[in-house]
Amino acid sequence: MTATVPTPDTRRTTRDASKPARRPALARTNPLRPRSSKVLLVVMVLYALYTLVPLVWLVINATKTQGGLFSSFGLWFGPDFALWQNLVDTLTYRDGIFLRWFGNTLLYVVVGAGGATLLATLAGYGLAKYRFPGRRAVFAIVLGAIAVPGTALAVPTFLLFSELGLTNTPWAVIIPSLVTPFGLYLIWVYTEDAVPTELLEAARMDGAGEFRAFFTISIRLLVPGIVTVLLFAVVATWNNYFLPLIMLSDPAWYPLTVGLNQWAAQSIGAGSQPIYNLVIMGSLLTIIPIIVAFLLLQRFWQSGLSAGSVKQ
Amino acid sequence: MTHSAHARRFAAIAAMTAIAGIALAGCAGSGSGGSSDAPQDGFGAVEAALEKGGELTYWSWTPQAEEQAAAFEKAYPKVKVNVVNAGTGNDEYTKLQNAIKAGSGAPDVVQIEYYAFPQFTLTDSLLDLSGYGFGDFEGDYTASTWGSVTSGDAIYGLPQDSGPMAMFYNKAVFDQFGIAVPTTWDEYVAAAQTLHAADPSKYITADLGDAGFTTSMIWQAGGQPFQTDGTDVTIDLQDEGSKKWADTWNTLVENQLVAPISAWSDEWFQALGNGTIATLATGAWMPGNLESGAPDGSGNWRVAPMPTYDGKAASAENGGGGQAVTKQSSNPALAAGFLSWLNNSDDSIDIFLQSGGFPSTTKQLGSDEFLSAEPEYFGGQKINEVLAAAADSVVTGWKYLPFQVYGNSIFGDTVGQSYENHSDLNKGLTTWQDALVEYGNAQGFTVNK
Repeated sequence: MTATVPTPDTRRTTRDASKPARRPALARTNPLRPRSSKVLLVVMVLYALYTLVPLVWLVINATKTQGGLFSSFGLWFGPDFALWQNLVDTLTYRDGIFLRWFGNTLLYVVVGAGGATLLATLAGYGLAKYRFPGRRAVFAIVLGAIAVPGTALAVPTFLLFSELGLTNTPWAVIIPSLVTPFGLYLIWVYTEDAVPTELLEAARMDGAGEFRAFFTISIRLLVPGIVTVLLFAVVATWNNYFLPLIMLSDPAWYPLTVGLNQWAAQSIGAGSQPIYNLVIMGSLLTIIPIIVAFLLLQRFWQSGLSAGSVKQ
Repeated sequence: MTHSAHARRFAAIAAMTAIAGIALAGCAGSGSGGSSDAPQDGFGAVEAALEKGGELTYWSWTPQAEEQAAAFEKAYPKVKVNVVNAGTGNDEYTKLQNAIKAGSGAPDVVQIEYYAFPQFTLTDSLLDLSGYGFGDFEGDYTASTWGSVTSGDAIYGLPQDSGPMAMFYNKAVFDQFGIAVPTTWDEYVAAAQTLHAADPSKYITADLGDAGFTTSMIWQAGGQPFQTDGTDVTIDLQDEGSKKWADTWNTLVENQLVAPISAWSDEWFQALGNGTIATLATGAWMPGNLESGAPDGSGNWRVAPMPTYDGKAASAENGGGGQAVTKQSSNPALAAGFLSWLNNSDDSIDIFLQSGGFPSTTKQLGSDEFLSAEPEYFGGQKINEVLAAAADSVVTGWKYLPFQVYGNSIFGDTVGQSYENHSDLNKGLTTWQDALVEYGNAQGFTVNK
C-alpha cells in the first residue's frame, strides 16, 4: 500500500524535469530556468572560495610539523611532509586522550542526537495527527522555544544541573541535547504533508492499532523528515561547545570541541607547550565524520529542507 | 583559527562573569573575614593525614603536574592524587567559580595565578592555611610571591613559580643594527626608533594591549593603582606610576613602533624565532617557552635586567602563580599536606625546575647549580643570575583588584582601543578605570567612594 503513495521529493523531481521539455519556447523567461548571470557566477565562485579555502588550509597545514607551520607559507606545503607523524602523535598524545574525546563525542551524538530525533518524531507526529486540548498552547511554546538561542540558556541550565548534582557527568551534555524544538516543529509540518489522514483511517479500519499504524506506515513516509532532523541534531551535537565547556571540568568527559580548545590553550602563558600541529590534525579528524555524514545523507537533507515550502 | 578562539574565550568570559557576578554579590555582604572557620590544628594534623592516606583531586595546567603527583604518591603510597587539567587560566577559573557557586565539584587543591588570588580569597572560596602552621614557610619564598598568596595573617596558598620581569632580547638583531642594550626606558624608546627606521619589518617588541603586561609595567614604574581594604576598593589608574608608564609607552604605540601581533599566537612565536620582535619584557618563566615555541631563535637570545626610569634596578612580577586548598575539600588536612609537599619539597621543586619552571623559593633561587646553568639557547649566558637578581629587585607594595579576572577580560575593550587607534594610553586607562569602578560598585564593593 505504501508503494502507491509517491514521496513528495520524487513527485516534484519528475514534474521539474518534464516542464522545460513541454514548453521549450518559454525557456528564456521561465522562472525555473533563469538565464545564467555573470554577476551571480562571480559571487558564487567567491563564495565557493570563501567556503573552501579554510578547508584547503586545514588539509595543507595538517602535513606540517610545529616548526614548519611557522616557517612556511600558509597555503602551500612546507619543507617536511609530516601528515602521518601528526596523525600518530594526535592519536597517542597524553595516552590517546583524543580517541577518548572522539568516543565521548560519538556517545553524545548517538544518545543525544538519536534521542532528540526519536522524541521530536514522536511528539511532532502526535501533534500533527491527533486533536487534543492544549494543542495550540504547545504550538506557541514550541515556536517560542525555537526563538531562544541555546547559549542564552546555558547558564540557567548549568545552575539547574548543579542543583541536581549532574554537572561533570555525561548526562549534563546528553539531557539538554535531547530537546530540539526545531526538530519537533519540522516533523510536525512534514507529517501534515507526508502522512495523509485518509491513510491512517484506512489502517484503523483494517484493524491496526495506533502504534502499529505509526511504526509500519507513518514512519516510512516520514523517513526524509526524520533524516533531516537527525542531521540537524547530529551537527548541533557534534559542534556543541558552550554547554560542555561550562558543564564539564573533567577532561575525561570532554567532547572533541572542548578538548581541541584545551590543546590550543596550551600555548598560552608560563610553561606553555604549543602543539598547533596536533590541534590542526585534530581539527581535520574532527570534521571528517561530519563531511561523510553530509555526503551520505544529503539527498534526504535537501528534500527535508524544502518540506512545507510548497503546498502539495 | 585565532579569531574563533577569541570568540570562544569571549563567550567563556561572558559566562564566567555572569556566574561570578552572582557569587560575588551573594558574598560581598559578609565581608572578607574568612578565618573564623579555619582549622587550628597545626602541622601535626597535616602529617597525620598524610600517614592515614586518602584521595585528592588536583586541578592544574602546569606541564609538570602529572610527574609531581606520581612522585608524591611514591613518597606517600596511601594517598592517591587525581590530576585534572580543567583548562588554562581563565578557562579553569570559570570552572572553579562555577563549582564554588554550585557548592560542589571543586577540587581539593587548585592552581591559581597570583593576579586571580584576590578574586577567590575575597569570595571566601579558599581555605586559610595559617592554622596548619603554614606561617613557618614564609621565609622559604621571595617576599613578592609570599605577599601574593597571603592577605594580612591569612595564608591562602603556597607560591609555585614566579615571574620577576627581565628584558629578553635578540642579540643577533641588536648586533646587526649596532644597537646597544638599553638600560633606561628612554634608551629603549630610542632603540625602537633606530631599529624600525633601519628595517621597517622589525620591531622593538610586540604589544597589542595585554592586561597582565600593562599591570606589571605599572607595577615596575612604582604605580599602585589598586588598593583594597575589605570591600572598600580604590582605583587610580592615573597615579604617578601609571602615568609614567603610559607616557613612555605612548611614544611607542602612537608612532607604531610596536608590532601589532598578539601574544601567544602562532604569529608571535614565529616573530620571536625570526627576529621580527627584538625584545620582550616579560617574566622569568619565559626561557622554556622560547625554547619550545621559537626553536629558530636558538643562540640569538640573551637576557638583561629590565630597563628602568631612573637607572636604578627595579622589576615587577609578571605572571606566575601558586596552589591553594579549596573550602569544598572534604579532607583539608590531606590537601594541605599535598600542597606543602608540592611547593615546599626539594623532590617536587626539582621536577618543576627540570621542565623549565622558574622557582619562587629562595633556596633554589640562590643555589649554585641553578645560578650557574648555561643554556645553549641563550648562547651559554648564565641567565639565571640575571633573573634571580630581578627577583630581588621587585618593587614592593603592589596589589591586584579583588575582581582582577573580570578586569583583565575587559582590558581589550578599553585600553585595547588606544592600542588599536594608536592614541593616548592615558585615555584608555581612564576608560578602563571607569568600567572597573562601575562593575565593582555593581558587585557590592565600595569603589572610589
